[in-house]
Amino acid sequence: MNSTEYDIIIIGAGPAGMSAAALADHHKASVLILDENCAPGGQIYRAIEKNQKGDNEWLGQSHQEGLPLVEAFRRSRVNYQHSTKVWHLSSAKVVHYSVNGKSHSAQGKQILVATGAQERPFPLLGWTLNGVMSAGAAQILLKESGVVCEDAVFVGTGPLLYLIAHQYISAGIPIKAIIDTTPRGNYLRALRYSFGALKNAKSILQGWCWKREIIKSGTLYISNIGDVRINGSDSVASVEYCQKGKWKNLNCKHVFLHQGVAPELNTSLSAGCDKSWNERQACWTIDVDQYGQSSVEGISVAGDASSIAGGVAAAQRGSIAALNMLYTLNLISSSDREALSKPFKKKLSKEMNARPFIDALFKPHLRYRVPQDSRTIVCRCEEVTLAQIKESINVGCKGPSQLKSFTRCGMGPCQGRLCGLSVTEILTKELGVREEQVGYYNIRPPIKPVTLAELASLDGS
Amino acid sequence: MFRSINNNQGELITIYFEGRALNVPKDHNVATALLEAGISSFRQTALNNESRGPYCMMGVCFDCLININGLDNQQSCTIQVSDGMKIRRQVINTSGKNE
Repeated sequence: MNSTEYDIIIIGAGPAGMSAAALADHHKASVLILDENCAPGGQIYRAIEKNQKGDNEWLGQSHQEGLPLVEAFRRSRVNYQHSTKVWHLSSAKVVHYSVNGKSHSAQGKQILVATGAQERPFPLLGWTLNGVMSAGAAQILLKESGVVCEDAVFVGTGPLLYLIAHQYISAGIPIKAIIDTTPRGNYLRALRYSFGALKNAKSILQGWCWKREIIKSGTLYISNIGDVRINGSDSVASVEYCQKGKWKNLNCKHVFLHQGVAPELNTSLSAGCDKSWNERQACWTIDVDQYGQSSVEGISVAGDASSIAGGVAAAQRGSIAALNMLYTLNLISSSDREALSKPFKKKLSKEMNARPFIDALFKPHLRYRVPQDSRTIVCRCEEVTLAQIKESINVGCKGPSQLKSFTRCGMGPCQGRLCGLSVTEILTKELGVREEQVGYYNIRPPIKPVTLAELASLDGS
Repeated sequence: MFRSINNNQGELITIYFEGRALNVPKDHNVATALLEAGISSFRQTALNNESRGPYCMMGVCFDCLININGLDNQQSCTIQVSDGMKIRRQVINTSGKNE
């Protein structure tokens, strides 16, 4: 069997994973870090090493902040496996992963899930048409490959939407329009958290500057809108939005959608970690203690994979989790754990001050989380519409797992990643109960599609 | 339309989409290379024969699945291009076999 034992196995080489790896290595733990991307950085600092050289001012300051993390990570002696697909994490801390079609297994004494966030589903009519992508996808194309799309329409809310629009404008790429779906009431709701936000004014100010520069650039900026839908037969022909009760049409070929981000759940849930509904962020978050330790002994979850707090916070949470794992492994004392985690906790607390404000400001309106038009496809993989889900509810469907047997919703290759949150919220709304009662899909291994050959390549299985 | 903003795209290699040769930067992933070449329809859905292409570009949505070197269901946004790679649109035919 291709099994090897490590003190710590880390899944994900974003800010949380990289920080944890470098710190654990410094304190003499043996570390295996598995990452899906071909280079470290996660999504937020994706392709950061590649972009270090060259004329990329449009990427902005926040992207460069990841550089020290990557450098420290590269200096460490951890076993870093890139371009890797983790398809199983057991509660007994065994990780199964595959590289180039060949599977391996590794046993960790401690596991850190640092799989980050993914964009929240934004189910609206026409979101499966060719030409519709997420705003995150636009950013990845730009950062990773220097590829842009002219005259696209950006629809949604959240810091990432402003960031990518700002990067486009700085790089001189024309944007057809930005349709800002931030609910009007959010500005007022966010105000009550502004005292906390002032303690981390830098990040708030930055977002405000992006938005101001977007508007100043003369880009068509549309706000205070209701429903949105995308028209076209195979590919996008136009975006329609409802403003003051009237539908307005905007011809375009490309649309980038965004309604914020949510934790990557499949890895932690498949290992049996407990979760809770987080009303402030309108998503499931993984239950962890102050060190990131989850409900499963020896499995910690750090960074946006537990709850959304952004890249800077993720790096601190990764370090704090690493120190706790080192303590559990008897590599540092409990007083060392406390003393060494202080600076990370201090920086984390500064970041967290701004969170309630950001969460309140960018919480997507329910109409963008639960589709309005019953023809809307909710499960992209199995092509399940809202109408079909409602029909199932009418004949007695009570939860996401049952919905699978009724409709195959959530049973495609993405394994619920693009419909899970919508399904929880649709069922909650239709059944008139709480999210906790409805729950989420039961996530079972393999958590990434694997071929039989990949499975069979695991010796001794 | 997708296009590169880099004046120098570095080393180019040749891949084939439906038999058509495309010269693409060697460090692009398959999805990016095809998008830049103006290709947006990567596959046909099994149920309604809908045309689909990349959505998330980060390995989450599985909408960019395509046939690479004879193998269906390849996640094109996570696979780097390689010289001579043969790519076909993933289609469903009634015999249930790949074309």
